[in-house]
Amino acid sequence: MVNQQSRPEFAFLTGDLGFMALEDLRTSLGERFINAGVAEQNMVSVAAGMARVGLRPWVYSIAPFVYARPLEQIRNDVCLHNLPVTLVGNGGGYGYGVQGGTHHAIEDYGLLTCLQNIRCYIPAFDGDVPEMVARIFRQDSPAYLRLGLSEQTSDMTLPAYGAWRQLVKGRGSVVLLVVGPMVGGIWAAIRDVENCPNLWVLSELPSHEVPEEFLRQAAQAEHVIVVEEHVARGSTGEMLARELLLRGIHVRRFSHRTAMGYPSRLAGSQKFHRLECGLDAASVLALVRESSP
Amino acid sequence: MVQAQRIWNRNREAMSIRHAALIAKVDGIDEHCSYVLRIAFYMNQSLMSQTVLKVATRRLLRLHFEAGIGHIGGNLSCLDAMLCIYHNVMQTDDIFILSKGHSAGALYITLWSRGELTEEDLLTYHKDGTRLSVHPPSHGVPGVVFATGSLGHGVGLAAGISLGKRLRREAGRVFCLTSDGEWDEGSSWESLIFTAQHQLNVTIIVDANGMQGFGKTVEIADLEPLAEKFRSFRVPAEDVDGHDHAAVTSALMSRKMGPLAVVARTVKGNAVSFMQNHWQWHYLPMNTEQYQQALSELV
Repeated sequence: MVNQQSRPEFAFLTGDLGFMALEDLRTSLGERFINAGVAEQNMVSVAAGMARVGLRPWVYSIAPFVYARPLEQIRNDVCLHNLPVTLVGNGGGYGYGVQGGTHHAIEDYGLLTCLQNIRCYIPAFDGDVPEMVARIFRQDSPAYLRLGLSEQTSDMTLPAYGAWRQLVKGRGSVVLLVVGPMVGGIWAAIRDVENCPNLWVLSELPSHEVPEEFLRQAAQAEHVIVVEEHVARGSTGEMLARELLLRGIHVRRFSHRTAMGYPSRLAGSQKFHRLECGLDAASVLALVRESSP
Repeated sequence: MVQAQRIWNRNREAMSIRHAALIAKVDGIDEHCSYVLRIAFYMNQSLMSQTVLKVATRRLLRLHFEAGIGHIGGNLSCLDAMLCIYHNVMQTDDIFILSKGHSAGALYITLWSRGELTEEDLLTYHKDGTRLSVHPPSHGVPGVVFATGSLGHGVGLAAGISLGKRLRREAGRVFCLTSDGEWDEGSSWESLIFTAQHQLNVTIIVDANGMQGFGKTVEIADLEPLAEKFRSFRVPAEDVDGHDHAAVTSALMSRKMGPLAVVARTVKGNAVSFMQNHWQWHYLPMNTEQYQQALSELV
């Protein structure tokens, strides 16, 4: 973000967060860095007003504080007017772990993709972020950037960034689509498995333009699996099922691993919550093996 | 109508109020009062308060009557202030935000009185395919920069516009008209605090008619004395008679830089005796008899 400071239209608003993270940005942006205080509804309205007179404001907070608290301001002030305001939510999914459910973002892109004009960006790897930032600056409409902790290992070679990317050309009859940074951990778990699945990652929503290659693989697969740290309602899985139905593509078996809220009502790390929901790499691997023994 | 338009276009400079009024008298004043208004304004601004207000009020009543919709009470209460803002105070670089979106009728009439909406535009109000929805739209109406209707958004939008202008080194004030009831909303206070903190060129005008959706404001969430509360947030504020044009204009001009709040003490259903301070005129449409009676008070 610091690299964007030369854009005169770029401004950044934070909801009083950024200690030991945003100091450099604050220094580089000067008066265009605004701590709007603990007042997220106002912060989003202010951003909309700024965008109305030609600025490109980015609005930052812990994810639920930036998409849930000011949802009506996002809906009416930003999306209805198709203004180039970017919401940056830190801690996608169960990212804030044992901090508790108030800090989790497990229904963010489902809620936001229901709104007009907005596009959601979900980086899978750290290297995705610069390309997403560039894309957001090229679009003249609202955006949401869902940040999480990359699980990329040093030996992973990534294809060039795209909304849809096939990370592994599989040998088996399973197609596995993952959303978000947990794809790194899943990739590490499945890559040495015999008959490993075709592994895809999706990083932008909504995404009605499903690649032909993905559709071809899904039509031929024994099992299509979608894994995402988001509740089922409004999820990528729902979106994909609709796209497949609209195209008349029959899938032999469809599995959907999602965030399920808080089954045990107990708190824990992101790893703990993923485990409870069957979103951990070992659980996903077990599901893959059901079809590729 | 078409003939009047031709006459107006041809004699734009030479047209006098008397000529315009004559045309209006021939075909019915409501059909042509936009020309009367514009001429009156250009020829002699002091006529604004008498001529503009009366014709605008009549046209506002007609707008709501023909559409068969309510909310006329809160439109009548803020019409004077809105006309003052647009006719007496606003400059080219200034922007107006209607936070109390349910008074869009008064805004459309004000824009029409300034020649920014036409009579033809007004005739589409509330109809299928119109640009003029009952609450201000997001696109398509010059001068309407934000769709509003859910309360508590306007001050934050105004603050953002003002901050954006400052960062872009652009001049101009931002005027934001709110209801008194919408200060129930926490977001309104968030935005007031932000406006004061950043010393933004935002002027808040509160249409303090004392009545909201389902009761008196003081009986639902008593925020009085409102001006004192604004001042406690470091926003200069004063109470004025919201139907006294000179007082409203003077208050709006009292501070041209930084935040300012003007609490306009108004009457819901102002200018129509049987509508004043009656809740039914927050919601209910007029029937033909009521409309005619209202007009008869505005001759």
